[in-house]
Formats: sequence, C-alpha cells, structure tokens
Amino acid sequence: MTDHPTRTTALPWPRRHSTPFPQAAKIKLADTQLRRNLRKATTTIRAKRAAVVGELPDWEELREAARATKAATLRELDVHLLRLEESVTAAGGKVHWARDGAEANAMVAAIARGHGVDEVVKIKSLTTDEIDLNVALAEQGITAWETDLAELIVQLGHDESSHILVPAIHKNRSEIQQIFTDSGLDPASDSPADLAGAARRYLRERFLRAKVGVSGANFAIADTGSVVVVESEGNGRMCLTLPEVLVTVMGIEKVLPTWQDLEVFLQVLPRSSTGERMNPYTSIWTGVAAGDGPQEFHLILLDNGRTRALADEIGRQALQCIRCSACLNVCPVYERVGGHAYGSVYPGPIGAIITPLLQGMHGSESLPYASSLCGACYEVCPVKIDIPTVLVHLRDESVQSHTRPTVNDVAFRSLAWIFGDRRRYEKAQQLGKLGTPFGSVFRPWSASRGPLAVAPQSFRAWWQENHR
Amino acid sequence: MSARDDVLSRIRKAVAGAEPAEDVPRDYRASYDVGNVVDHFADMVADYKATVRRVGRVDLAAVVAEEVGGRRVGVPAGLPTEWYAGIDAVVDAPPLSIPELDQLDGAVTGARLGIAETGTIVLDGGGRSGRRAITLVPDWHLCIVEASQVVGSVPQAVMTLEPRVPITFISGPSATSDIELNRVEGVHGPRTLNVLIVDD
Ligand code: SF4
Repeated sequence: MTDHPTRTTALPWPRRHSTPFPQAAKIKLADTQLRRNLRKATTTIRAKRAAVVGELPDWEELREAARATKAATLRELDVHLLRLEESVTAAGGKVHWARDGAEANAMVAAIARGHGVDEVVKIKSLTTDEIDLNVALAEQGITAWETDLAELIVQLGHDESSHILVPAIHKNRSEIQQIFTDSGLDPASDSPADLAGAARRYLRERFLRAKVGVSGANFAIADTGSVVVVESEGNGRMCLTLPEVLVTVMGIEKVLPTWQDLEVFLQVLPRSSTGERMNPYTSIWTGVAAGDGPQEFHLILLDNGRTRALADEIGRQALQCIRCSACLNVCPVYERVGGHAYGSVYPGPIGAIITPLLQGMHGSESLPYASSLCGACYEVCPVKIDIPTVLVHLRDESVQSHTRPTVNDVAFRSLAWIFGDRRRYEKAQQLGKLGTPFGSVFRPWSASRGPLAVAPQSFRAWWQENHR
Repeated sequence: MSARDDVLSRIRKAVAGAEPAEDVPRDYRASYDVGNVVDHFADMVADYKATVRRVGRVDLAAVVAEEVGGRRVGVPAGLPTEWYAGIDAVVDAPPLSIPELDQLDGAVTGARLGIAETGTIVLDGGGRSGRRAITLVPDWHLCIVEASQVVGSVPQAVMTLEPRVPITFISGPSATSDIELNRVEGVHGPRTLNVLIVDD
C-alpha cells in the first residue's frame, strides 16, 4: 500500500456522462447484478420507511409544515441568507458567497492552501459532487479523502455513485472486497463487518492527522447561525470535530429561518431517508466553540443554478428538496435502471427535475422523460414536491426549446406516454416485438440506437408483482 | 458586482412578483405522551442495539465501575465525581490531545437530555456531556442519563436546547448499511454504546 493509494483522484474521472437517459438506461438494464442490488435495496428501505412513518399519527401535518417552511423560506431567500450570514459571523465563522462551482472550488482550495495542507477529509456531500470539488482540489495538488464507507468504495473503485444515500448500492460484497484489496486495505473477509472494519482502520489515521475538513450541510438556521449535518457512520463527526479548520459548502436553498424549524426537519428527514426514527448521529454547531472542535469555520453559500431554478415558477419547488431519497426508492423507473443512467449526481425522480432546472435543458433534455408519472414520488416526498407536475412542465419546455420537434422529442414523448399506463406499456411491448405500426413509436431512436430501453419481460413481471 | 450582491440580486429577480410568503401551519404534535417516557426511552434506545441498564442513584458508582471493568476511560471535567467514584478515570482537564484520547479505551459521560420517541441521547458539548472529541475518538461510550432528563418528543428537545453550543444527537452506535444494505454497527466513533438510566 502506497501512502496515497487514491492519488488517482488527480485524474478527473467523469462524474457525469452525456449519454442521454434512454441509451444509458438500456446499458444499465442489461446489468443484472445492479438490478438485483437495487431491487433489494429499494424494497428494504421502502418497507422500513413505511413502518416508521406509520408510527407518527401527525405525519401529514409534519409534511405540510415542512413544505410550507421551505416554500416560505424560498420566497424570502435573500432575507434569510443575510440573516444567516450575520448569525454565523457573530458566532465566529466566516461566510463566503459563490456564484458557481468554480468559485466555490477555488475558495476551498485557497483555504486549504492557506493552511499549507495537501489533503482534506471530506464528508459525503451531493453539493460538493455537483461542483466536482474533488477534481478541482486534485488539480491544485490537494487530495480529498472521501470518508463515507460507500463514497470510499466509489472513490477507490474509480466509479460513480448510483444512489443519493447508498452510493455503492450497485456493488456487492465480493466486488467491494476486491476493490479494497486492490487498494491495499486488507479486509479479513467479505463480510460487511470485516469490510467496515478495514475502512475504519484505513480512514482513522487520516481523521486523526487531518488539519482541514470539508462538509456539506443538511440545514443551516438563519436565526442562530447553526449548521446541521445528519449522518450514520460517524465519519461526519470526525470531519466536523477533529480538524483545526472546517469548510462547509452549502447550497443557498438549505437555509431554514428558525431554530424551531429543526423540530420538523429532524423528524421528517431520518424517517424518510434511512427509515429510522432517528439517524445515528446529528451534529449541530454554531460558528466556533472555544476549546471544542475546529477553531476556524468557513461557510460557503453556493448558487450554481439555484437562482435559475428559483426563477421557474413551477419548477422552484424542487429547491424544497432535503435529499432524503425516498422518491428514488419508490420509483419504478429508478428501480429498473439505477442511478447511473440519469447521468447526473442527482438521480431518480428528483434528479430528473433538479438537473435540468439547475443546469438548463441543454444536455439533459431526456431526463424529464425518465418517469412514468405514476405519482409515487410525490406521495412519499416529505416536503411535498409535486414531481410529476414539474416533469410535465419541463417536458413542455424541452419540446418548446426546439423550433420543430426533433426525432428525440417524438420518441421521448412516446416513451412517456407508454410509461404512463400499464396496459399501454404491455401492449407496446407485445406490438413492438411483432413490429406492428403501434410498435413503431419506438423506431425513431430504436432504429439507430437499439431496442426499447427496458427489458420487457422483467419490467412487466415486476409491475404485476408490485402494482396490482 | 461581488458574488454576494450578484447572488442576492438574482434571488430578488427570481421571486419578484411571486405570491407573498405563506404562514407555516404547525398542526403537528408538540409533545409526546406514552405514559412513562423513561420506560419508552429505554425501549427505544435498546431498539438501536445499544445496551440499556436502569440503576438507582445509590448504586450508580458501583454500576459504572462494573461497566467500565478494566478499561482506561476518560471523563469530562463536568461529570459529577461521585458518579465515577469507583474507578480511576482520566479527567479531560487540561484537555487531552487527540493522540491521548486515541490511547483511551472508552469514555464515561453524562448527557444534556434524552428523547423517548426516538431513543436519542443529546450531548451539548459542555458540562457533563464533555466536548465532542471525548465521545468520538475512544471506541467505547458509557452514557449516563438521569430519568428527569428524558423528554417525550423531538419538538420538546429542540425547545429545551440552547443552540450556541455544539450539539450531538446520538441514536444508537454508529452504523452503516452501505454494503448490500446489511447494517453494521460501529464504523467510526464508538463501536459500542452503553446507556445507564438513573432512576431517582
Ligand atoms: S424530492 Fe422529496 S422525496 Fe425526493 S429526495 Fe427530495 S425531499 Fe426526498
């Protein structure tokens, strides 16, 4: 084992790819291991979530409070961010504003270099994935150690995350053991406990020597300047507590107005996310605390397309998202194709709307079609984002952005129409195979790119099993 | 224009003309009534695979000594000394360095409060809870919660807490489900969490 077994982070591997959803989905559907893992994962989490949500007689009231809090905060986002800046500053932190990922990345790199370090420890964060922070740091000669077990698996395997919450869901234990062994971690066996133990030993020395930690944030409280990180493994606590310097990169939509708001979000997030009454660790810190934890704290407030999404009257509700991943776990399309097919750090139903909203349609035109509009995502969403409505709205935009319908428009609209109805779907499969005119709706892209992006037999089998 | 002004002006432009901010309905339960909150707290903590013991105040020091066994443990300076009278503990004053904490087998602390509905222990970074590193670096954590510190619900806990100190919610030992969704207890932080509830 070399001192820096993951120095290859210096090679920018693609976090996102440009393969449109239909083709990517086809590739992924052929991967039966991925399909088995995803199915097991989504089924397990769905059941756990349903059980703990069912325990709360006031779940709907909590959801409504969560939705209304987020919607009201977004309406006056400028006021709340200014208040947050004031509170964090008063508590001894330093607040920075970044228009885009490049600005935020440069700030993190400058802070790290200012402290003379060539490595930082990092907590899994979708926001830092979104801006490719690790790649940007590597270009400056700074290694970012991912410390979540799953992120470590993804990083050591030079792979991409496929699920918001369990990014290595597409790897089974023997594959993980192989990745670890190849990287010099020396797990005793492929049992989950041994694999976790190997990761503990490997990361521990990095935690104990780290000078700079980097995190995202689940929430930040405008009134008090408190920042909240919700996690399971304890690597978050390590990164937030042991380094001398802490840098938190936070999307501007994560702000909550008051301390009291936590009483809602600390209930809805863990139950929706991992299906637990409460996640193992939640850390809340306010600026700098003398004698406890980092004595230098930087909070970077990141726009990177969020104000673009905010300007979209129908789409802005996507900014309410608290990244719980409940919508992924109930989505029939996601369960079939996995996270990679979405070609974005934000997969699943929320990814299908947030990606084009943040980045603009260019390059993600196909994402709003990655759905059957069945509505399950809306029903589980703890902040009540009406994903189907936003999808339809974005489909309109996608089509309107071309002067005349392209081959893709027609194909995607057909795909959406077919995904939208079980009987239509089954019919299309039968007819598609027989090559009748009805089947030809697939042809515009199936002719050039292969057959329908779904394995017909198993999708139908799945559908009948689960949706009767 | 600075990035700050730029982002703020983009926000203002984006929401110009939108409906005014709505009022937030708070129709959810503020408190949680389960008869005996302490019993419920004990059940919920045990549900996370943490071990839970109920002890009378007079027996506390003896039970702490029994739990600690031969371990070398650290304690916060604010932990009542009579709670650990039966053991030879390393007091975190002056503050132990990270390598020193790493040499310990465990930590014995108090807590700020307990939440019955979720089985959560809340540490507030001071007094008997200790600063955060004490309950993080050693591999074993014995946490002493007084029955009177247990509240029913998350809203009750949030209302009680003082935001300006570092706060840690702990619900069972650290865990991961990242490998084929098998739960593995104890990744980073203490792999074992034992809880003593002191009944008066
Ligand atoms: S859209 Fe809703 S359900 Fe999906 S991740 Fe976001 S908050 Fe969770």
